[in-house]
Amino acid sequence: MAAVSGALVARRPLSQALPGELRRRMVDRIAMSLIASTALLGCAVLLFVVSYVVVRGAPAIDVAFFTEGPKPYGEEGGGVLPAIVGTLSMLLLASAIAIPAGLGTAIYLSEFGRGAFAHAVRFALDLLAGMPSIVIGVFVWSLLVRQVIGRFSGIAGAVALAIIMIPIVSRTVEEILRLVPDALREGSLALGVPRWRTIVGVVLPTARAGVITGVMLSLARAGGETAPLLLTALGNQFLSFDLTSPIASLPVQIYNYAVAPYEDWHTKAWGSALVLVSVIGCLSLVTRIATRRARL
Amino acid sequence: MSGRGDRCFELTAAGAAAAAIATLGALALLLLVYSWPSIARYGLSFFTTTDWDPVAERFGAAHFVYGTVATSIVALLLATPVGVGAALFIGEYAPLRLAEPVSFVVELLAVIPSIVYGLWGFFVLAPFMRSSVEPALRDSVGQVPIVGTLFSGPIVGKDLLVAGVILAIMILPTVTAISREVLRAVPDTQREGMLALGATKWEAIRHAVLPYARGGIAGALGLGLARALGETMAVTMVVGNSSSRITGSLFTPGYTMSSAIANQFTEAAKAIHFAALVEVALVLLLVATIINLFARLLVSRFASGPVGA
Amino acid sequence: MITVGNDGVRTFEAAGRTDADVAPALRTEGLTAWYGGPNPAIADVNLSVLPNKATAIIGPSGCGKSTALRCLNRMHEVIRGARVAGRVYLEEEDIYAPGVDPVRVRRRIGMVFQKPNPFPMMSIFDNVIAGLRLSGERVKNADEIVWRCLDAVGLWGEVKDKLRSSGSSLSGGQQQRLCIARAIAMEPDVLLMDEPCSALDPIATYRIEELISQLKRRYTIAIVTHNMQQASRVSDYTAFFLAGPDRVGRLVEYGPTEQIFTNPKERRTEDYITGRFG
Repeated sequence: MAAVSGALVARRPLSQALPGELRRRMVDRIAMSLIASTALLGCAVLLFVVSYVVVRGAPAIDVAFFTEGPKPYGEEGGGVLPAIVGTLSMLLLASAIAIPAGLGTAIYLSEFGRGAFAHAVRFALDLLAGMPSIVIGVFVWSLLVRQVIGRFSGIAGAVALAIIMIPIVSRTVEEILRLVPDALREGSLALGVPRWRTIVGVVLPTARAGVITGVMLSLARAGGETAPLLLTALGNQFLSFDLTSPIASLPVQIYNYAVAPYEDWHTKAWGSALVLVSVIGCLSLVTRIATRRARL
Repeated sequence: MSGRGDRCFELTAAGAAAAAIATLGALALLLLVYSWPSIARYGLSFFTTTDWDPVAERFGAAHFVYGTVATSIVALLLATPVGVGAALFIGEYAPLRLAEPVSFVVELLAVIPSIVYGLWGFFVLAPFMRSSVEPALRDSVGQVPIVGTLFSGPIVGKDLLVAGVILAIMILPTVTAISREVLRAVPDTQREGMLALGATKWEAIRHAVLPYARGGIAGALGLGLARALGETMAVTMVVGNSSSRITGSLFTPGYTMSSAIANQFTEAAKAIHFAALVEVALVLLLVATIINLFARLLVSRFASGPVGA
Repeated sequence: MITVGNDGVRTFEAAGRTDADVAPALRTEGLTAWYGGPNPAIADVNLSVLPNKATAIIGPSGCGKSTALRCLNRMHEVIRGARVAGRVYLEEEDIYAPGVDPVRVRRRIGMVFQKPNPFPMMSIFDNVIAGLRLSGERVKNADEIVWRCLDAVGLWGEVKDKLRSSGSSLSGGQQQRLCIARAIAMEPDVLLMDEPCSALDPIATYRIEELISQLKRRYTIAIVTHNMQQASRVSDYTAFFLAGPDRVGRLVEYGPTEQIFTNPKERRTEDYITGRFG
């Protein structure tokens, strides 16, 4: 029977190599090794960065690190308590803004939202999520620092962080709310429970884990933000709970210490980085494990 | 009774949702208003000159734009092979037991705050680049005509190249994670179709998987690029923040748009200086948003299948 | 002699038939295949595929018929975690022997899939010679090869003016014929078809069936189908697979198609053919 394509001249036994096979097999091997090494490189970089933070940061960590304020220039010792307090109080205020706003948005999008308005909301959230954080800093500066409050303040910092958190909270929560089966809603509505009580009393509690995940994700992201705080909360050497004036934060503290010429401050910067990475790493790990389990 | 409760509840939720739109609108509007003095006064020369002199009130931001573009391109050039490669490893090569941990570790890179990368870049990467990598580059590639310009001149260690490397690390998880999702969406029938023709694994990837996925991977790179453009702290700490010249050498200490804002904002004393910095932020906003939207479009169009398939 | 299995499967004595003396093009011995888990999907399959005949593999869904087919050109092992034991002889050579590269095997045993899978980023022309290009050398007389292969699947007249447009611009049936053209461009010994018509409409299905009866003059064909009418129309031999209560697929009966459909030796085959289950 004549060959259709006439492409292959002779049948080769399977034990015999095809023309160009050696080269092709080499290329295949090389490609695989290169691809595996890129993955290895990615992992190595993380290991390298994290191990540096741990090794350089660990010596800075002692009780005073968490309980004392910074010492004046050139004096050893002291800690970063003001920065920790500042970061926590700004995160608290930011959560107070972002969690209700994010939850409300998520509820609207998953339970009510239809049509052009919902579409516009999603679009706005996407844009906000992709916004460079420094731009958000400039915005909050021009709104609050320049106008409403009139000075650098913890409130402005918290608002900037809240704007960063809202898209994360609302998108995560919306996704989770969509997973809540309709039967649950209908079951409750059929009992004569009003829609809003169904959502608050049945839908939200069912999606509790997802809501917590969203909040933790957004905290992990906001807790490490530096650039917007530089433009809004500015920073403060001293312990302060006053959110209407400039306030310290861990990320800004790292920046100020790193670029200063004192060895002891560099160690403090690494120590602060270690604290930040540990807390944020734990938050991410927990949420990661939680979402993994939820998916299974 | 319940009708009114429902109505109130829905309106509250809608109000929260509307806040997102309002924030975005206010953001764009305020930036425009605050930068207007600068836009009106300098016009296009803002983007064509490199003279940034607050004392003389001359503002040209071309070198900021150049710094952002140069560092982002370096980042993309470095992160593309590594990020797509890692995604290929996770999606195509690694046994399942290995794929999960590797992708987890690479994605953890995204969790580390920018400032920590900055710290690491400042104390670890920059000195290493100055003492080892950059001299080696200057002595090898730097000797080649034309291309060599990129790697010529005095080595300071805080320059566009170092910033590009830091950015590459920072966008690596974005590129990897999205590329991985894109590869996952390539139908197995494409891989198997090529394998059944007698392709090796790499040939199936090269001739079937990658061509099929190229739109989505371009989107992944776009999202990485958008992140690189707006990244601030890590870049600010290693980019040098000094030169106002565009030299063509990556060894030049430069500025990026975001680092210029971070560096000068709190020190700016004159209204026009603020306006100029806000204009830089506005440009950053527009560029990042456009690239982001375009990249999202590419990814979502890919997710709904390639043209005609 | 066609010997089929010893686990309760009858041996088909082809008395007076010339087919019986022909050496099979493909022959499996104790073929067993696993997906990730500990239990095999198919076990101890002993099947012969005679040259220049169409052999249909039928059975209810989940019986392992596609798995068995994919083992015949080492496509099963492509799935992560999947594993194969036993032997598959292509004429005299075991395709699972150590040192045999699956690339060589697949070059001689082509495959057509359930869902038409032309490469959407390649033109129709490039789709046909995609496999030939893999060797890295320039394909000589590519125009002629493309013409012959498209002509052989009856697609030339329909696409000769749009050879440069994407393979995915064709209709489902045309796409599937393009995939067959792509496979026969490699000049395989055997063509494996995994439910090639299940995604097609009746007219397209008819054309593929017609094509199969032409192609078997040149190639050996093994076709998996869930459609018994199709098996009886296109095939010369039929193998019936069934998964037991342990959900392991086994070859129950094998023989000339006519005999399987009119006078099966196994009760289970008869039940399936007559639609009593499955």
